[in-house]
Amino acid sequence: MQALALVHLAVALLAAPLLLSVINKTKAFFGGRQGPPWLQPYRELTKLLHKGVARSRSTSWVFVAGPIVSVAATALALCLVPLGVVPALVAFPGDFVLLAYLLGLARFFTVSAALDTGSAFEGMGASREVQLSALAEPGLLLAFVVLAVATQALSLTGLFARLGTDGGPALVLVFVALLVIFLSENSRIPVDDPNTHLELTMIHEVMILDHSGPDLALIHYAAALKMWLLGTLLIGVPLSPWVSDGFASLLLGVLAMFALAVLVGVIESSTARLRLTRLPQWLLAAFVLTAVALFVVMG
Amino acid sequence: MNTLASALALFALGGVLALLTHRSKRWATRFGVGGAVLGSLLGLWLSLPAAINNGVDQLSIQWSLPYGSFSLALDALSAFFLLPIFLLSALGALYGVGYQEHSKRRLGVFWFFYNGLVLSMVLAVTASNAVLFLMAWETMALSSFFLLTFELGDKEDHPAVREAGIVYLIATQLGTACLLLLFLLLGHTSPSLDFDALTASGAAAPAGVLFLLALLGFGTKAGFVPLHVWLPEAHPVAPSHVSALMSGAMIKTGIYALLRIMGVLGQPSAWWGWTLLGIGLASALMGVVFALAQRDLKRLLAYSSVENIGIIGLGLGLGVLGQVHGIATLATLGYAGALLHVLNHSLFKGLLFLSAGAVKHATGSLHLDALGGLMRRMPLTGSLFLFGAVAISGLPPLNGFISEFLLMLAALDGSAADGALLHAIAAIVLAGLGLIGGLALAAFTKAFGIVFLGEARTPQAAQAKECHPLMLASIFTLAAACVGMALFSWALLPGLAPLLDGLTNTSSQEALGEAASSLRIIAGFGAALLLLVGLFALLRRRLLRDREERIVGTWGCGYLAPSARMQYRSSSYADPLTRLFTGLLRKQEHRPAPTGVVPEPQRYERHSSDPARSLIFAPLHRLLLGLAIWLRPFQSGRVQLYVLYIAMTLLALLAFAFWS
Repeated sequence: MQALALVHLAVALLAAPLLLSVINKTKAFFGGRQGPPWLQPYRELTKLLHKGVARSRSTSWVFVAGPIVSVAATALALCLVPLGVVPALVAFPGDFVLLAYLLGLARFFTVSAALDTGSAFEGMGASREVQLSALAEPGLLLAFVVLAVATQALSLTGLFARLGTDGGPALVLVFVALLVIFLSENSRIPVDDPNTHLELTMIHEVMILDHSGPDLALIHYAAALKMWLLGTLLIGVPLSPWVSDGFASLLLGVLAMFALAVLVGVIESSTARLRLTRLPQWLLAAFVLTAVALFVVMG
Repeated sequence: MNTLASALALFALGGVLALLTHRSKRWATRFGVGGAVLGSLLGLWLSLPAAINNGVDQLSIQWSLPYGSFSLALDALSAFFLLPIFLLSALGALYGVGYQEHSKRRLGVFWFFYNGLVLSMVLAVTASNAVLFLMAWETMALSSFFLLTFELGDKEDHPAVREAGIVYLIATQLGTACLLLLFLLLGHTSPSLDFDALTASGAAAPAGVLFLLALLGFGTKAGFVPLHVWLPEAHPVAPSHVSALMSGAMIKTGIYALLRIMGVLGQPSAWWGWTLLGIGLASALMGVVFALAQRDLKRLLAYSSVENIGIIGLGLGLGVLGQVHGIATLATLGYAGALLHVLNHSLFKGLLFLSAGAVKHATGSLHLDALGGLMRRMPLTGSLFLFGAVAISGLPPLNGFISEFLLMLAALDGSAADGALLHAIAAIVLAGLGLIGGLALAAFTKAFGIVFLGEARTPQAAQAKECHPLMLASIFTLAAACVGMALFSWALLPGLAPLLDGLTNTSSQEALGEAASSLRIIAGFGAALLLLVGLFALLRRRLLRDREERIVGTWGCGYLAPSARMQYRSSSYADPLTRLFTGLLRKQEHRPAPTGVVPEPQRYERHSSDPARSLIFAPLHRLLLGLAIWLRPFQSGRVQLYVLYIAMTLLALLAFAFWS
């Protein structure tokens, strides 16, 4: 099983940028366009890695550390997630807390790097980012509590391995809540629009306006990894009760990841962005869903 | 025990010599700092092994006070709380050398009270007699009062310092009033007021009442909501090493004393646990929300102390609930998380206060919106502050995460046992700590980002210089301790077994072993993270070796003349979040509507006020003031009248004795 975990890690590290292609292709399909080539995200990463860097004279070493810490923390967090019943590389009681807080560390440095430029736009993005993440955090941790209570397990691996089909309605609620958090944390519509060209309305994209070259490549890569990471938690909920074989879980899991990307594309094509002032309510809804799920699980 | 006595003697000697030589600044500083540092080092050497051992070391000196005895006892609990006291005293004293290098005040007096504060804190934590304890407690309150008003009359903040001093004095005296009542009730039938002789069954009131009195009295010192009013007033005006000592060590004596009295009271009830859990959560949440709304760096740090005391209280609540419900893991890990957080908080809060002092020293201001860009002017202070900010936000790989993780693990482990109540605890603790952690991240990216990153907002900030090497050395030591605690907590945790056994009355070995194995993996992740960051940094450097690194202006989206004033400010940064807590913050806006065809220049103001102060303490103060005015005729100032009072009291007592 440990070998499968390594395979999953390798697949995640390699295929994460492909999720963006799938989303973009889906959106292109809905728009009646052909869309960028499948390997476009990889081409962009290589292009950026071959470039020099332009750095603002307002910045300090924190600006450089931002992308580095965030990619390192996200990659390490990836060692903690199982894919369905494929175990995580490392599992221990309470590992999901470490997972959530590693993402927090990445956020701390991304936000600091944004503030380091002294730009009003990036300050605005940073301010919104910390608001949304502070509100998403309790929902995410509560979702784990629901799963832990339902399965009597305390590590992500144990939790997904023991998830049964009898969880029913609670699992549906948790799935929806995690989807809301997934969209919010990955800056997708209806929370944030990665394609917007108006700095005033962006959240994640506006924080990285000043990054260029390899730094920007690291940021994009870290964002792709984060999407994979949160995606596995999301698809694990419907996947693991039905698939008990490790190899099948790996295969179906990867397929499900791309299906999730299609779902994100469909959502992005069919819904509009929420108004910024509505976002706290949107995240509160996720929290309420998990709270209801907790009551269902507790019986 | 002789070591402790020598340490106490060193503090006393250092303080008195500093006072005697107050005419010479140099000698006063030498004696004061020497006494504090040597005494603390001696104390650390003593208390480190004592904190992980089982024995009780005692010292008794003949003392002719009724009910009192000068008896000190050093058990694992006392020794554990001595650690932050000694560490911060030594570092604070060293820091003070640089911080007050150019002070024009009489430093002899300062060092006298500094050593007095350290001495009384040590006595309060080791006293095993209620009378001695209360005397130490009051000495602690008074010496810290004189320290925090030490800069009274300096510059423009004179009224603020005076008011802070008065608020602190009143709050702490109200707390002590509860304690007097507590010990009177507790020692009602007991022949002596030694802690060993006191029991809940011999008290004149039910244990629950005594617990509430202890919570009120000690909670005031610790800073639980709504008793925290003095913290945000006192910390900003005190010299920074005093703030560090008060926030890092002194408020923890409240936690210590609460634990000590709970030990005296015996088996707790479930509602004690729920009360502690509730107050802890409320303090943590309110503390962090107010921290987020502050515009003064040290006020922000003071509110964050309320937050962290709340987290500690939450841990105590978990411990009590575990004890009541007989779940060893919940009890053990709850107390263990609380205790580790006591230590961790003193490390990173000391670090943050000391670096805030360095900022004040370099720029003359602590107003967030008057700073900015200090990272390029003071890279060492800035980088060390960053360590503290990451640690206090509870993020891996630093030590704040360790204690918060233990608390969450305690709650989760508790929920593994069946019972809806325990599931509810897990949900409350995880969701609560998650929200608090998210808000703390917002508060400390704000503190760090607005002060150290971006462009300087004032000429003073643009001219800032790195501070005295001794100040930097103290800050660096604390940062190193934060990293060390994070990487080696798994090795330290099993050492707490004797202490936790005493607190929980069960064997904690097993639960600690399991938690330690989790912490070991977390430490591995921390090390891996540092390694990976280093690796990526090298990779980046290699990639960019032969390439151009252009230094340009910040991209202003086409705008070509950005100025430092256009940066996001502290209140704009926090606005999306504070907007959600408008009711709690009691925000008031003053925005006069423009009038006339050509409106005058407009002012826009926004204030937030602490509801605990305006809704609870202000009416209480008014009530006390009313009583005082009513009593004033009796305080005429004439000696004859006072003699009459004495004579009348004597007569009344004689009559009482005669009749009964």
